[in-house]
Amino acid sequence: MSNTVISVENLSKAYRLGQISTGTLSYDLKVWWARVRGKPNPALKIGQADHSNLVGETIWALKDVSFTVEQGEALGIIGRNGAGKSTLLKILSEVTAPTGGEVKIKGRIASLLEVGTGFHPDLTGRENTYLNGAILGMTKTETSRKFDEIVDFSGVEEFIDTPVKRYSSGMYVRLAFAVAAHLDPEILIVDEVLAVGDAQFQKKCLGKMGNVAKEGRTVLFVSHNMIAVQSLCHRAIWLDSGQLSEQGSVSQIVTAYLRSGLSEDDINVRVWPDIASAPGNETVRLHRISVQPEDGKPGDMISIQTPVRIEVEYWNLLPAVHLHATLQFYDDQGILAFTTGAWDDLDHGLLLQPPVGLFRSVCHIPGSLLNNGFYRVDLVLIRINSTGTYLMKDAIGFGIIDNIEGRLAWFDIVPGVIRPLLPWETKYLGDGDS
Amino acid sequence: MTSQNFIDPDDSWTKIIRPKRGLLDLRLRELWRARDLIMLFVRRDFISVYKQTILGPLWYLIQPLLTTIVFTVIFGNIAKLPTDGLPPFLFYMSGTVIWSYFASCLTKTSDTFISNAGLFGKVYFPRLAAPVSILISNLITFAIQFAFFLIFTGYFALRGTVLHPNGWILLTPALVLVMAGLGLGLGIIVSSLTTKYRDLRFLVQFGVQLLMYATPVIYPISAIPQRFQWIILANPMTPIVEVFRYGFLGAGEVNLPALAYSFGFMLVVIFIGIVIFNRVETTFMDTV
Repeated sequence: MSNTVISVENLSKAYRLGQISTGTLSYDLKVWWARVRGKPNPALKIGQADHSNLVGETIWALKDVSFTVEQGEALGIIGRNGAGKSTLLKILSEVTAPTGGEVKIKGRIASLLEVGTGFHPDLTGRENTYLNGAILGMTKTETSRKFDEIVDFSGVEEFIDTPVKRYSSGMYVRLAFAVAAHLDPEILIVDEVLAVGDAQFQKKCLGKMGNVAKEGRTVLFVSHNMIAVQSLCHRAIWLDSGQLSEQGSVSQIVTAYLRSGLSEDDINVRVWPDIASAPGNETVRLHRISVQPEDGKPGDMISIQTPVRIEVEYWNLLPAVHLHATLQFYDDQGILAFTTGAWDDLDHGLLLQPPVGLFRSVCHIPGSLLNNGFYRVDLVLIRINSTGTYLMKDAIGFGIIDNIEGRLAWFDIVPGVIRPLLPWETKYLGDGDS
Repeated sequence: MTSQNFIDPDDSWTKIIRPKRGLLDLRLRELWRARDLIMLFVRRDFISVYKQTILGPLWYLIQPLLTTIVFTVIFGNIAKLPTDGLPPFLFYMSGTVIWSYFASCLTKTSDTFISNAGLFGKVYFPRLAAPVSILISNLITFAIQFAFFLIFTGYFALRGTVLHPNGWILLTPALVLVMAGLGLGLGIIVSSLTTKYRDLRFLVQFGVQLLMYATPVIYPISAIPQRFQWIILANPMTPIVEVFRYGFLGAGEVNLPALAYSFGFMLVVIFIGIVIFNRVETTFMDTV
């Protein structure tokens, strides 16, 4: 027997784009009066079609979304801004009603769309804990039972009888999250609340949520932090423009999602078949440039561990001229990560008199060298003993995905333009001072 | 499949979210479960009102006192309005105390959606908890001011003023209930409409003041010419103020059909209010 605790069927939500109604009663009455007399709607822009009471356009924040969540499952909900994630959570937590479809829920549900909802600045930490607990659905007795635990988790015990308006923003958020974390619902809905507090507290929060999931309760988690999603959730759904784009195992969905995000500037392969119109100058013309995994084809996924090859094909137009392909790698901040060139390429060097014709240079980038993110590559073809012969800016670009293999408990980004895997040794030197 | 294994799937769900809710699906059970929340709202309102004030809860007394003094001076001494033979101070105080409960219930509940937009937009709890908590916290204010009024009444009686308190006093809880109902009903109608039309907020603010002048707060109903009395009597607050004053001070008019009218008016207003509120609360976040 299946243990479905949330069943979402054909859920849709429409919002009116632009102004909702016209804002004032007098104006709406004017519109209504015009309609009664059979006159055109005076609120419409000229040329706009008259749709009864609809001013502006309708946008479907969610359209026919269906999925189910099993008991004890941790489901990640991912998607770009405006994909409908927040709308979905709002409907699930009954903040707003859907336009169509149905949601069935089994069990007590608690949603954290924000921490500290309903905190009153003039009340003390203690008073706010009770108030916030009640707003989130706890009875007074439940809050009392958990009070010490909450205060302990938040780390603000000294200030618990101080009005929260005297709190630092960090203390405020910690107390707020602590209340929320001790809700003990059967289903927990969390939206991006992890974007608060310092790194240490974030880690604590994620740990707490991980425990909730492990205790067999159901968690729905929305975040832009793919690392956090992957470490907390087993399954994920991907919303795209209000529709369910894909659902499946978390690694599969996150990978697909990340790749789609990179593909906008992703130029894996470029070919110029005609030598006359190919970019270049009187010395050299480009024929082809591509980036791919060593054992794949252009467009295949590249993760941190994947060894990558970049192939450059060019026509050498002048006889007896040595050309070196050189690549410059920029990260997505525009920082030059490194430059590499075919400078000590023996095969090429042995040709003392390189003939006119097509050449191919291949650059091999080992796995576990680059960081995750997007890299742009400039191509420079350098004539020997000369400065840049031909420079092509942004010749190629590729994204690298962090699939969190080999991560321990670090959910944040790993800073740096590159992220080489270097040999390390750690030894135990005995206890004590020596 | 055997019949034993068959479970009606709709039965096992604790909650079903659909686009529209039944008109009278009030979720009163949910509201009852949220009683802790209601009491915490009341506590919050009560505490936060006098935090960082010098006089603190004394303001609950200063307010009706000053109003009464101003009314006594202006309407009693300057305009010389009749007071049915009662001491002007007690006459105005009885009117002010009972009127202000209704007025504050109405003005504060009419702001429910706007002032709680941040809260309602982030978390679900029975929305009626907010206006209901306002009724209760106003009830505390009323109780304090009512006690204050009783003290003054006792003082005047000791000084030898002839007052005729009578059995109508026993109706006071019912009067308060009807006022709470009227305030809640009208308040939530207005608050449901203000999610779309902000104009109504301004209307309520001075509308309540104007309504006071159409209620026998500063004049007795006997001072109104017979042919205009129906206007005053159409106001459902009129019988309440009159009965209250008659019960404690023994002057005024008691009219049972009028009281029944107030009660009926309240039921209708509550019904309309809750139906509208119910419709608006599900989607008000999209328009507020």
